[in-house]
Amino acid sequence: MSNAHLLDHAARLRDDLPADFQEGIVESIYSDAAAISSSTVSRDSQRARLTADRLLDRALTHRVWGFAVMGVLFFAVFWFTIAGAAGPSGLLYTLLVEGGHAWLRDGFVALGSPGWLTGIVIDGAYLATAWVIAVMLPPMAIFFPLFTLLEDFGYLPRVAFNLDRLFSAAGAHGKQSLSMMMGYGCNAAGVTATRIIDSRRERLIAIITNNFSICNGRWPTLILMGTIFIGALAPPALGSVVAAGSVVAVAVVGVLTTLLVSWGLSKTVLRGQTSTYSLELPPYRPPQLWRTLHTSLIDRTLFVLRRAILMAAPAGVVIWLLSNITVDASSIAAHVVDALDPLGLALGLNGIILLAYIVAIPANEIIIPTILMLTMTLGSNLFGAQDGVMLELGSAHTETVLIQAGGWTLLTAINLMLFSLLHNPCSTTILTIWNETKSLKWTTVATLLPLTLAFAVTFLTATTARLAGWI
Amino acid sequence: MPGPELPTAPDAGPAHGACTSCAIYNSANLRKLGVETGTYDYVAAVAGNPNTGKSTVFNALTGLRQHVGNWPGKTVARAEGGFHYHGHGYKLVDLPGTYSLLSTSNDEEIARDFLLFGRPDVTIAVVDATRLERNLNLVLQILQITDRVVVALNLMDESERHGITIDVRHLARELGVPVTPMAARKGQGVPELLESVEQVARGTVATRAHRVKHRDPRLERAVDVLAGQLQQTFPGLPSTRWVALRLLEGDPGTEQAVRDGTLGDLGRGIAGPEATSARPTGTAAR
Amino acid sequence: MTLDELRPDHRATVVALEIRGVQRRRLMDLGLLPGTEVRVDMTSPLGDPTAYLVRDALIALRRSQARAVHIEVHDDEPGRR
Repeated sequence: MSNAHLLDHAARLRDDLPADFQEGIVESIYSDAAAISSSTVSRDSQRARLTADRLLDRALTHRVWGFAVMGVLFFAVFWFTIAGAAGPSGLLYTLLVEGGHAWLRDGFVALGSPGWLTGIVIDGAYLATAWVIAVMLPPMAIFFPLFTLLEDFGYLPRVAFNLDRLFSAAGAHGKQSLSMMMGYGCNAAGVTATRIIDSRRERLIAIITNNFSICNGRWPTLILMGTIFIGALAPPALGSVVAAGSVVAVAVVGVLTTLLVSWGLSKTVLRGQTSTYSLELPPYRPPQLWRTLHTSLIDRTLFVLRRAILMAAPAGVVIWLLSNITVDASSIAAHVVDALDPLGLALGLNGIILLAYIVAIPANEIIIPTILMLTMTLGSNLFGAQDGVMLELGSAHTETVLIQAGGWTLLTAINLMLFSLLHNPCSTTILTIWNETKSLKWTTVATLLPLTLAFAVTFLTATTARLAGWI
Repeated sequence: MPGPELPTAPDAGPAHGACTSCAIYNSANLRKLGVETGTYDYVAAVAGNPNTGKSTVFNALTGLRQHVGNWPGKTVARAEGGFHYHGHGYKLVDLPGTYSLLSTSNDEEIARDFLLFGRPDVTIAVVDATRLERNLNLVLQILQITDRVVVALNLMDESERHGITIDVRHLARELGVPVTPMAARKGQGVPELLESVEQVARGTVATRAHRVKHRDPRLERAVDVLAGQLQQTFPGLPSTRWVALRLLEGDPGTEQAVRDGTLGDLGRGIAGPEATSARPTGTAAR
Repeated sequence: MTLDELRPDHRATVVALEIRGVQRRRLMDLGLLPGTEVRVDMTSPLGDPTAYLVRDALIALRRSQARAVHIEVHDDEPGRR
């Protein structure tokens, strides 16, 4: 029988079958499963779910307590991160940035290395890398294990369960909350995770909005800004609490943005039916502490750190070159920053931050180090300090660099947090979006929509702050 | 941690001379599915419902540390690793967690196509011992596609806490394939699982997969007729009844495979036809 | 009556699914088919969705879907704990 005839025959046989025969297939399989199961399984009690699980669920999905616990848990994670990272970060900074940098520089000079080589290797590649490690390693080493513990315990599906009504109202698929949470690790992973959503329309919504889940690379920026600028507003004893609160606030703004943009998309370009959804709430499992610590350190912390270092070293070189190749009496970086400054200031940021975001398109991780390096080398010219400030500030902390050399204010910090939350995805994520959608149009939308939103929101904040006379 | 044989470096080639009689015969199709078999002797797939500890089993076998999240949809793409056991190299492919193989969603398609067209030498069906009935739904579907299955009855520790007792021998008899109780998180049952995997992969244990009998006699008859014709058109084709069922349902992927004849490649293979009989099969051990 | 009307801790048996196609298949894959016993376990703090105990697993369904599942309530007591 030829292949085509075989298909014809199958179609004829199908015609003779009752319309609901497929259902019969599932029913037959399930009834066999039920029969086998009932003849092999015996329970010594009739309870269907462990009482502990039920009680926990009652609390974690309670009308009042559910949200209270959610807030407290996420807040606690950030607070531990901020409070715990300060010490180790300071130590690493002293060791790598202050001590290590000076020591290596002296060594290079002593060996007769030419100025440009010392500059590229030590002031460029090394300094950027050292900064990435000092700024990022401690918070990541605390944040990721804590988040992973929550994840392994089975808490995240409960969050999805609690919030689903909002997603439903936004016209989004129920599973979007899961891909959203995946995005809190890495947006590229979050975009891949949208495969659990069958409908293309809803999947696109999930892909485009995944950017508003703050990823690994962006947490450090938020945590640092929260610590230096917002935590500092409070009395020292409450500093880290207030700082953690500000990071939670940004994360909440992220969720709201996700909902709002989803709603907007589902009402305009991605109109359509909300498809069915079902979510299994798995039983709670006591997380394995050591394994969790181990995997989150290896998988996440070191992975992100490695990526950051790989990106930081070349970025450091680029920054050094930009800052040291002079055209018309000032460096390329200075020219670019001068050109970007009007836009930057209108957005409540500055030219350096915008240039840093251009340099850091490959990886959000290196934003802060890039900003610091640019501020240190350019800050003197731009903000009227004397030359050679770079070396003087070499012994200064992040805060001093930004406030004194960079002229940063609270508005700069807040807008940087907002910009970090909203701006375009990193190049890896953009590539993933392309791979998942195979559509130039949607990849462009997913890239430019967030960027436009970031410009609009920071501009509004800055304008409001100025009109209100806050700055 | 697992037994002394484990873990070896993930994704390394076999440490010992590859077994010549057991070369992966289906490598052309596997390559099409994006699996580089390299110098491995056997390909093993890991399938199962979401939240059954599938990734934990995968990690326990490969020594890889794929992150295991306690929520559905964690593994959406295929993860791959490898291990060595008794001098043979095994390529391990972690399939997306699914409730079923009958629907049209992306993840189910990946799992289904891999089992059907990739024809792994052995499929490890990871099952949550605390929810046997709902997990058997998937296992029975897998058994419609392939005989070469080992059931990893995972989360035995949890099921004990729930006061659930499972008659493992009876379950193995009913399913017609080996069943290994385990608690992968604690590394319990890994050596036993490896042994069963080896026996099924090398064909030293006879498996006779439970066939679901359809309650509607008309469907049963239609499947019989179509399966017979498939057998004629594509001699040596394995799992003809499953393919027949898919055709009756009008599954586009399967129809395409019939139309362009790729289905026939499954039967011809490279080193020999039928999955079970062309192997250096010993008589049933045990 | 339909599943969305089932009161907390009451048990019921599914009698019919009033949806077609893929969505019907999805519910059946989750083990929700005629003859299956279900129970309301908990409701989201925002009122929707509701989590049902289906074949030993906790499955959350939105109200719009639960409305498509016709059930017969067991007229015994509130479900066993």
